[in-house]
Amino acid sequence: MTPAGKPRNALAGGIAQIGACGLFLLSILAALPASLRHVRETVRQVWFVGAMSLTIIMTCGLFVGMVLGLQLYYVLSIFGGTAALGTVVSLALYRELGPVVTALLFAGRAGTSITAEIGLMRATDQLSAMEMMAVDPLAYVVTPRFLAGVIAMPLLACVFNALGIFGAHLVGVSWLGLDNGTFWSNMTSSVDVWKDVINGLWKSVAFGAVITLIATFQGYTTPPTSEGVAYATTRTVVFSSIVVLALDFVMTAFLM
Amino acid sequence: MSQKHSYQFGTGLFILLGFAALAWLATQTTSVANYRQGDSYTLNARFTNVGQLKLGAPVKVAGVRIGSVRTIEVDPAKLDAKVQLSIATRYAELPDDSAAAIFTSGLLGDQYVAIQPGGSPDVLKDGDEFVLTQSSVQLEDLIGKFLAAGGPEKPAEPATPAATPTP
Repeated sequence: MTPAGKPRNALAGGIAQIGACGLFLLSILAALPASLRHVRETVRQVWFVGAMSLTIIMTCGLFVGMVLGLQLYYVLSIFGGTAALGTVVSLALYRELGPVVTALLFAGRAGTSITAEIGLMRATDQLSAMEMMAVDPLAYVVTPRFLAGVIAMPLLACVFNALGIFGAHLVGVSWLGLDNGTFWSNMTSSVDVWKDVINGLWKSVAFGAVITLIATFQGYTTPPTSEGVAYATTRTVVFSSIVVLALDFVMTAFLM
Repeated sequence: MSQKHSYQFGTGLFILLGFAALAWLATQTTSVANYRQGDSYTLNARFTNVGQLKLGAPVKVAGVRIGSVRTIEVDPAKLDAKVQLSIATRYAELPDDSAAAIFTSGLLGDQYVAIQPGGSPDVLKDGDEFVLTQSSVQLEDLIGKFLAAGGPEKPAEPATPAATPTP
């Protein structure tokens, strides 16, 4: 899986990386049926990348919601439209901030540890040992983590959205004195469950797949040195962030 | 063994929490929450212009929600908008000379149907139609009226040189 030979220049190297990553995705998908035997491992990974990320996701969701409440209250009060606070906060969270901020946090919290773990397995020849024991490391190590990312990301985004709305409600209604009924009724009359909530979830499913793909790919193909693992971990965060934001634009344009 | 059980239990809790959050978001913060209502009856109202009125928009009496907009369609014969309002049954005592109007909540708010109760002893029954309606106020109409009332000569002046051909 390591790229063969030295790339001639940065551009060719980048294109080769993208190609290798695409082929890696195909091999993950091909290993999906084999990984069904390792359901327990997938459950453990959902626990690791999902449940263990809950604390950071909930804390950040609460604060993002609270700051949205404050800022949008200020902006809307200029137009005399503070009644629309609930609508604006919930739409911003569902359509954009929920999936994207969760994805960036997920890349930092779960993506890095996936890369470091697989990279260290590579560096200490554990992956080769598995192959020798006739255990396919793709089916046992990589695919469960990929599946766990795809499963955990939308759930985390939902929790993030819920806490964000709670935070905005805290600031807008309890603190700034907005009317509770107006807050909720304007929200419920403008938010559509398919166009806003579910479309946001599709985004986070895609982000979960992309982040775990990049994380496992970087870990799997890392140079087997401590420096290599460090670089691979950094690259996971950088590439995931860029790809998430770019993909977000593309998906928004298509899902609008 | 207990280690394994603890993470399986934790994973289960996490998945349940995620779906609980999704269920709450989908049912309590979206328009789905407005469909969840008890028995209702239908009233019709005709408007010459519904403006930005949307399906599911609230129907209010004295600012309190009593129902929602069910359908909006153009009557092909009369060429006006026929709006079906579904009203909760416990508000079944609207006088039959009540008026329906389309208002906007706040400057940026959504439009809603406001019912101004009349004084008739008879009440509106299922399928009845409002006799008095007031359409959504269009900003363009307001500006047009304002210009027409403000200065009748001003629009005429630039027209005069064009109307009389120069010799």
